[in-house]
Amino acid sequence: MSNDAAAATATTPTGTTAQPAATSEVRQHGIGASLPSAHGRAKTEGTFPYAADLWAEGLLWAGILRSPHPHARIVSIDTTHAREMPGVRAVVTHEDVPGAAVHGRGSADRPVFASEVVRHHGEPIAAVAADHPDTARMAAAAIIVEYEALDPVTDPEKAFEAEPLHPDGNLIRHIPLRHGDPEATGEIVVDGLYRIGRQDPAPIGAEAGLAVPRPDGGVELYVASTDPHADRDRAAAVYGLDPERVKVVVTGVPGATADREDPGFQLPLGLLALKTGCPVKLTATREESFLGHAHRHPTLLRYRHHADGEGRLVKVEAQILLDAGAYADTSSQALAAAVSFACGPYAVPNAFIEGWAVRTNNPPSGHVRGEGAMQVCAAYEAQMDKLAKKLGIDPAELRLRNVMSTGDVLPTGQTVTCPAPVEELLTAVRDFPLPPLPKDSPEDEWVLPGGPEGAGEPGAVRRGVGYGLGMVHMLGAEGTDEVSTATVRVQEGVATVLCAAVETGQGFSTLARQIVQETLGIDEVHVASVDTDQPPAGPGCRGRHTWVSGGAVERAAKMVRTQLLQPLAHKFGMSAELLQITDGKITSYDGVLSTTVTEAMEGKELWATAQCRPHPTEPLDDSGQGDAFVGLAFCAIRAVVDVDIELGSVRVVELAVAQDVGRVLNPAQLKARIEAGVTQGVGAALTENLRTPRGLVRHPDLTGYALPTALDAPDIRIVKLVEERDVVAPFGAKSVSAVPVVTSPAAIASAVRAATGRPVNRLPIRPQAAVVTAQ
Amino acid sequence: MTLPGSLDEAVAALTAMPAAVPVAGGTDLMAAVNSGLLRPAALVGLGRISEIRGWQYQDGHALLGAGLTHARMGRPDFAALIPALAAAARAAGPPQIRNAGTLGGNIATAAPTGDALPVLAALEATLIIAGPDGARRELPVSHLLAGMEMLRAGELIGYVRVPLLHAPQVFLKATGRTGPGRATASVAVVLDPARRGVRCAVGAVAPMPLRPLEAEQWVASLIDWDGERALVPEALTAFGEYVAAACIPDPAPAEDGTPQQLPPAVLHLRRTVAVLARRALGRALS
Repeated sequence: MSNDAAAATATTPTGTTAQPAATSEVRQHGIGASLPSAHGRAKTEGTFPYAADLWAEGLLWAGILRSPHPHARIVSIDTTHAREMPGVRAVVTHEDVPGAAVHGRGSADRPVFASEVVRHHGEPIAAVAADHPDTARMAAAAIIVEYEALDPVTDPEKAFEAEPLHPDGNLIRHIPLRHGDPEATGEIVVDGLYRIGRQDPAPIGAEAGLAVPRPDGGVELYVASTDPHADRDRAAAVYGLDPERVKVVVTGVPGATADREDPGFQLPLGLLALKTGCPVKLTATREESFLGHAHRHPTLLRYRHHADGEGRLVKVEAQILLDAGAYADTSSQALAAAVSFACGPYAVPNAFIEGWAVRTNNPPSGHVRGEGAMQVCAAYEAQMDKLAKKLGIDPAELRLRNVMSTGDVLPTGQTVTCPAPVEELLTAVRDFPLPPLPKDSPEDEWVLPGGPEGAGEPGAVRRGVGYGLGMVHMLGAEGTDEVSTATVRVQEGVATVLCAAVETGQGFSTLARQIVQETLGIDEVHVASVDTDQPPAGPGCRGRHTWVSGGAVERAAKMVRTQLLQPLAHKFGMSAELLQITDGKITSYDGVLSTTVTEAMEGKELWATAQCRPHPTEPLDDSGQGDAFVGLAFCAIRAVVDVDIELGSVRVVELAVAQDVGRVLNPAQLKARIEAGVTQGVGAALTENLRTPRGLVRHPDLTGYALPTALDAPDIRIVKLVEERDVVAPFGAKSVSAVPVVTSPAAIASAVRAATGRPVNRLPIRPQAAVVTAQ
Repeated sequence: MTLPGSLDEAVAALTAMPAAVPVAGGTDLMAAVNSGLLRPAALVGLGRISEIRGWQYQDGHALLGAGLTHARMGRPDFAALIPALAAAARAAGPPQIRNAGTLGGNIATAAPTGDALPVLAALEATLIIAGPDGARRELPVSHLLAGMEMLRAGELIGYVRVPLLHAPQVFLKATGRTGPGRATASVAVVLDPARRGVRCAVGAVAPMPLRPLEAEQWVASLIDWDGERALVPEALTAFGEYVAAACIPDPAPAEDGTPQQLPPAVLHLRRTVAVLARRALGRALS
């Protein structure tokens, strides 16, 4: 889902106590100010140029032929009819790929065009360029492909035994994590089997792009990429060109909560542009968008928790099976997160977690915010509820007895060195006043489960309160080289930031402006648009850009600051550190020197480029042990739900959120990110599930795939933002977007459990799981 | 694209261009066009035909124009006439859809989840079909929905004739979320005190609305039409179960006579229908 859209649907908290600690003065600039987004106005007025708005003189339109089968052998592909259609300029299939035939984010296992077999519904087989979009679609449909249908493997449990679906085999990764004493047992044991559905990132702006051939035989790709350098490298490999001859220019990204909408989207565009010598544009339909991009991993989890008589955890055993779909994509990373956080933010002395990511003929899974961590959160929180019920302890109290804090050890053997204020977060949401019951506030308009025109009946509604505690890691894990480069240029009192970190709606361009304002005291800061001529900044996910790109911007700005202040300081015989810049004025500590930035800059143009590379990490070893993560972020959510126990309809009344944010850099943006994340979690908990019976995607549209609307979004109360700075992170700030997505589904499920007494072991929660029957 | 100003002009335009497709609100048609399922050679726009955008009274009936939008039907003055149709119109989707989508379009699309359809079935509404050369014929809405009689070439749904019953009516709908959504099941219950009848229709569980006739007759016989109409809760529950069992029957027993179970999802749907029918009748009688 688009972040902007989600933020807009979330209800603004109105409670007086719900406001995060406000600074005494409202800042207009710099770190801590609620600087508005540079694109906000253009986006609301409809003038913001998205990739779908691109145009070039004489452009052709592309159409893609996709597999109607989840698993089939391709006997033959006959493009004769398509080529002969008037208006068709080129048809490309696997035979026309000059370079690498396969590509992929994690490992290169995905064909550009299927050649011998198709492994999922919607896999691209051929592409057409024509002078009209309808012609292109019709020509794509006129390509005759003879298939020999094969039995699809759609149950991940059967993938182990099935014939290999791919030369790389069906097992993408296996992590057998072993930590502590395998013989340890607890007095109290609870078991559970949990299933998590297939959430789709459902970006509101469907994929679109334009490829323009260059006179030197290269190609420029104008796409809404969130990782332009990786997209360029994959494209260059496929085209058989040097990376220098392929340029990715990032156009307006219509909100992205995944790495990249469709990992192979730009590939046929460039092939067609190179073949025809004309610009080629492609705008995906909603159906193509659903078929093309990666989804959240559907997951099957089996858990056993051991606890002592007081409810303290002794041992956790779990088996986690991720359905990776047809291609590996980022499944290996998702599995690492799922296994590492399988116990949640609880101190667990003994953990035995076995995780697998397997290949099936379902649509490919990949990076969606909080991948891995979200699925296990729903399961371990269900286990905590079961333990509390069995012991007769209040669910919040049981959690408090087990919460992790700084210095505790993760099941991966890594010591938690960053702030881990889990207890503080949970206490904050637990002690926050509950929303009134309808009978206590008869004047308020009460929306029943099922909506204002639904069938809800007050007598059948039960209220439930539940808790969720979640954690995510920040940045890439397991030895990923996380680096970003940024350049800051200052001329005539105006600063420009050049950094290839893409603004995906996460607010990086606003943050970059704030950092430069803070460091240089210059108000007017521009952030240049992104292309691959700039040095790489990496993908936008897991708080990366706030950390590494923000860190690089800060370093570059500091270098510019030194260049600016050094001559002045030298003139007055003091060191540059004794000078400070505030509101465009340079003053010395004793007030002797006072000048303005504009004056000091007179006639100068200052440039500096810097890199930020955080502390290295190491891969998990054969028993799932290793210091794999740079930093962790935590969140506690208390959910209040109303359930119509006869119809099983659920309405989330309120979500109280307390989050570990390190430091608030932009309060307005932070609030929007939390609201967006929580709302995406509401979707995962209640409605969002892309159904694929027998491997075929059903209802690939926004009517069949129900995103939360304004009526589905609850009151979101940000109860507490714990600002305990993470010393290793630039500014001490933590990733904020993913952890509410991870936590809110678990909290909602917990509340539905409390309201109905039913086990609720499947997400999204189906109405029949929330019905209380008489027998 | 032609934009006729009257029903007869529209019929003439359709007769002249047999390949043309009539379009009113376009909420279903344009979705089909945009997804490439439909490539109409020409369109006849019905939006300018003012005679079908309102309603009139005709000997105890309301003659509803097929071009009435859901938004218009949801307003209080309409709700005072035909409460269940107003409730269905208000539940028929987000405001953008309700502002454009029309009653006639809902009937012509005949989607199983069409919210107006169970209400029209319960009201035993009749369609007034406009044909070439000013011809008008009547067709029960259920005949069209069941496919017993179809629209002929050049014909348009002009009006929907609905009895004015001056009695409580309820439309209830279960969806998968709090925001607007397609019905998983819907129930319309209308009372007809003059004929001492209860009429009920269940939508979304079958390709067309279903009428549980026996359940209607049974429950009508229990009601004290001249006094308090209210029924005891047990009777309401029994009505709900009667309706649900009629619309979603038990599977036939296996050959050896062992009874078969419905799949859990279907059982839930049946339970939902039972709850909706119980609640709807309860509200209509309260």
